[in-house]
This record gives sequence, C-alpha cells and structure tokens, in this order.
Amino acid sequence: MAMLSFERKYRIRGGTLVGGDLFDFWVGPFYVGFFGVTTLFFSVLGTALIIYGAALGPTWNIWQINIAPPDLKYGLALAPLQEGGLWQIITFCAVGAFSSWALREVEICRKLGIGYHVPFAFSVAILAYVTLVVVRPLLMGAWGHGFPYGILSHLDWVSNTGYQYLHFHYNPAHMLAVTFFFTTTLALSLHGSLILSSTNPGKGEVVKTPEHEDTFFRDTIGYSIGTLGIHRLGLFLALSAGFWSAVCIVISGPIWTRGWPEWWGWWLNLPVWR
Amino acid sequence: MKIFFTVLGAAVAFFLTVAMIGLTDWDRPPLAVQQNGYRGTAMAQVHTREAVAEKKEANLAPAPADPAEPGDDLAGTTYENVQVLKNVSVNEFNRLMVSMTEWVSPEQGCTYCHNTENMADDSLYQKKVARRMLQMTQHLNSDWKDKHTGGAGVTCYTCHRGQPVPANIWFTDPGPNRPGGFTARNNGQNLAKSSVGLASLPYDTLTEYLADKTIDNNVIRVNSTTALPTTKGKPIQDAEKTYGLMIHMSEGLGVNCTFCHNTRAISNWSQSTPQRTTAWHGIRMVRDINGNYLEPLTSTFPPNRLGALGDVPKVNCTTCHNGQSKPLNGAHVVDAYPELAKSTETASATPPATPADPPTMPANPPTMPATPAQPAPAPQ
Repeated sequence: MAMLSFERKYRIRGGTLVGGDLFDFWVGPFYVGFFGVTTLFFSVLGTALIIYGAALGPTWNIWQINIAPPDLKYGLALAPLQEGGLWQIITFCAVGAFSSWALREVEICRKLGIGYHVPFAFSVAILAYVTLVVVRPLLMGAWGHGFPYGILSHLDWVSNTGYQYLHFHYNPAHMLAVTFFFTTTLALSLHGSLILSSTNPGKGEVVKTPEHEDTFFRDTIGYSIGTLGIHRLGLFLALSAGFWSAVCIVISGPIWTRGWPEWWGWWLNLPVWR
Repeated sequence: MKIFFTVLGAAVAFFLTVAMIGLTDWDRPPLAVQQNGYRGTAMAQVHTREAVAEKKEANLAPAPADPAEPGDDLAGTTYENVQVLKNVSVNEFNRLMVSMTEWVSPEQGCTYCHNTENMADDSLYQKKVARRMLQMTQHLNSDWKDKHTGGAGVTCYTCHRGQPVPANIWFTDPGPNRPGGFTARNNGQNLAKSSVGLASLPYDTLTEYLADKTIDNNVIRVNSTTALPTTKGKPIQDAEKTYGLMIHMSEGLGVNCTFCHNTRAISNWSQSTPQRTTAWHGIRMVRDINGNYLEPLTSTFPPNRLGALGDVPKVNCTTCHNGQSKPLNGAHVVDAYPELAKSTETASATPPATPADPPTMPANPPTMPATPAQPAPAPQ
C-alpha cells in the first residue's frame, strides 16, 4: 500500500494514552491502539443491538424502525430489555464508541505532533449527544427523556419536545444555535465557492493564489479574513452551533418548564419600564 | 469615539445578559413529569415538583356544607319569587344559599345579592345574574356531563373561588388606541399579552373563537385534510390565530401541546390523546356559556362590569381550570349538591343550547377513544 511522504515519520511507536505498546500497531492503513479496539467493540455491539431491536419490532421499514427509551416510570433505573433496556445499552455503547474514537484521534494527534483541534471539535458533537441522552435525562430524573433511535421517531420526539414548551423558537439558546448553524453554512458556501473558483481557472490560465482570493473578498465585502482565518472562523461557528444546541435543550425542562415565549417576561420586567 | 461606542455596546450587552439571567424566574429540578404518550414520543407534561405542590395547594376544593336536615317543604311554596330551585326542599335551599355565599361573596354576605328587607326582591342585578348562573351550573352539570364536566361537575366555586367576580374572566381586547404614526395598525398582534403567553401571536383570538356561538365548527382547524392541496387553503394569519387559542388553552390548563396532540400530526384524531376530545367539547361548552348565558346578561350588568367595548365579562378555559387540567384537583364538587346536577330550565326560559353533536366530517373527533393515542411508528 502506497504511503504518503509523511506517513513514515508518523508510523512510529509512542504517543498512546492507554495500553502502552500493546495495541500500538496498524492494520493496513488503519492505526489500531487501545481505543481502536474499544471503538470496534462498542460500535459492533451497539449496531448488533440496534439490529436485534429492529428484529423485535413490527417493521423492517428503514424509516420506521424505532428503538425507544424506557417509560418515565423507570426513572433512572434499568428497564426490561424490550421496554427500553435495549435503548439504555445502545446508548452506553454509543457514548463508549464516540468517546473511544475521540481518544483514538488524540493518540494520532500525539504521534503526528499536531494540535488537538480535531478531537476537540468532535468532542463538541459528542457533548451535544451526551447532553441529549445522558445529562438532560439525569437532570429531569428519567432515562425516558432521551430521544428514540429511529429515523422518523427521533424527528417526532424533536417535534413534541419543542411543543412541550409551546413555541421553541422563543428559546434564546435555540435562537443562537440556529443562527450559528446558518452562519456556518454561509461561511462554508463563501469559502467553498472561493476555493473552487480559484483552483478551477479558465482555459489557459493558472491556478490562483491566496492574494487573488483575498482581493476578491476585499472587493466584494471590504474584508478578507484570510486563508488561515476562514478555517478558524469556520471551526468557531460550527462548534458554537453544536454548543448552543446542547445548551438550548439542557435548559428546556431542567431549568425552564413553561412556554418559552413566557421566558421573555424578563424584558418586560426590566426595572427601566416595569 | 470608536472606543466609547465599543465600551458602551459591551456595557449594554453585559447588563442585558445580567438582567435576562437575573430577572428570569427559573425553575429547577426535581421535576414531576407525567407521561401521556408512548415511550420515546416526548408526549409528557413537564412541571417542577414544587410547582405541582403549590398548584395543588392553591386549588383545594372547599369542604361541602353539612347535609341538610330532611324536610318536605319545598322552597318554591315556602318562599316568594323562587324560580330555579322551587322543587328543592327548604333545608336544601338554605344550605345551598349559605354555600353560594361562601363560594361567591364570603366577605359581602347575603346582601351582595339580596335586599335583606325583602329577600324575594329582584332589585339587585347580582341576584338576577346569580339566578341565571344557577341555571348555567345545572346546564353544565347535566347537558355537558358526558362531554366535558364528567363526574366532577362544577359549582359556583369552580370559577368564583370566593370572589364575586371570578379572577379569570376576559373581555374583548380592542388593542392600543393609536390613531396615527408608524404603528397605527398592529393587526391585533405583537403585544406580548398574557392571553397568548407573551408570544407575538394575535392576542384577541378568544372573541372570535370562544364568544361566537354560531361559529363554523371547522374554523379553528387550519391543517389541510388532504395530502395534496385541493384549494387555496387557509392563510398563515389563521394559523397564528389558532396557535394563539391553543396557547391560551395550554396556559389555562397548565399543560403543553402534547397533552392533546401528537405534534407529528397535530390535526390527526387517531394519533391524539383522549383529552383532545374533551377539549374539543370544552371549546363548544365555552361558546355555549358565553353565547347563551353571559351575552344575554349584557343589559343586566351595570356599565362598570362591562368591558372597554361594552361587552359582557366572558369565560375561557382558565376561568374554571385555573392552570390545572382538572379544576380543583379533579374533586367531584357537585356530588354534595345534587340540586345543581340537573337542569330545571323550562321552554319559557332562554332555550339552552344542547351541546353541539360532533359533525360527521373527518375534521371532527370520533367518539371518545377507548385506548390512549397510538404511538408514532413501530413501537417495539
């Protein structure tokens, strides 16, 4: 298998967090490591349980397969396997697999001698998931507050959870999260189109340099954040979107149980005009 | 100058952040969540344990008066000018009068309605209103029993709560009087009114939806009943009015949308909870009360009891429910007052509206579903 020029430098021992040299090897192009083993274990077990859960259910229709969390009456206890227990084990496997993957990324960063930006970014996505299925259920007192695993069923959960607070668009953290999601896509579309146009010049012309790219945006909107800056901005926007998503759901229930429009009463209660 | 505005902007942002966190009446766990759908559908009523306990405490039903001594004398033959309760024994009648005083005018006493020189005198408007309200109570406990009031029934206390004027009544809201300027018209919305839970939705939907007894039964429904459009459909303004009404119902009953609806298909009856059927009839019941019992009293009330537009005080869901899905913690308040449980109205009085039978159109509820709402797809 062909190697990239830097791979020889990277394929060295060391940098592992757990397991020392024991799992410090490659299978084909893939680094294994202790966390590669745990990732494999949790993801295979979790996927198998999802398929088992689907087999127990009434349908193999991919859209309608639904593995639901337990009834609220089970609180924070374990539920019977077919009444939400599967969901609990699958959730455990998912958290295990996602965290293992992030830690495997850390080990690879250490081998490469690069910063931890990639595992950090992935951790924010994990944070959002863990907030939904672990932190918020813990705060609300029942695993049944987690979302069900199913393509349509999890969307139904989102809809009803929003309507539990009468009008979710009034949730201030939801407003921030949505704004960051949209801004992320705006920045990506500006950046992606810029790169595609400078690397696909007209016939007979050469690929353009960052000077051309900067000039385009200086002429268009008066400012160019630069080649490095756009990636920092993109990371900030994307992580903020995930972070505020986690905030908007963890405050809905644990510290606010009424309609979100009502929350804005603080504005009416400002001492200036109360 | 640039620094000045930067500092000013940062200071304003800082104080607003402090204000929004500090002035908000946040909740905190432990929560008391009541599940009312299949697991994982997020159909659940979310309250703090503290709020549930407070609400329970604030909605205790009064203990019924001691049973009346048996007696054969009828109120209608013993007293003059008894019109509604004439077939009730004198002892029962007096017991009810004492209870009504407790329920409605505990501080004002009998003289709130009666001229003590002549108890039969109808000179006080309160007495005429009270007589009509007695008929209304009987109507609600008999004709609406199966459809809305159930075994719990209602007494004067359900709405009045020890006050001559119930706390949760409403009048038509004419909105701000701004003859000119940039905001001369607001289309009846964007005022952060409590009638719509401070949302920007139209704030006077009740006048249209709850005060008009002749309204088209399908006017609240805005979802189409067909997969593909067959007509132009209803404008988004109608959807917002419906949303406003639904927020009123949620706030009035202390529940959220999922108490009645599985919001994956809000309009679909087969996926809704049984409570939606009760609520559907409740909307009709409120129209019946407002249209047949309160509206006709407009000229009986003195002008100071009427709204800005001269309209009669009206009821909505909150008037009885007061933030609970079952008023007064679901107490069967009418059991101890059987004279309030049957209608005594005769044809000579204003004809009582018989509860509208649900029309047979698909838009309307089936008979009470025997089983709870079916879960969204594919429960295990």
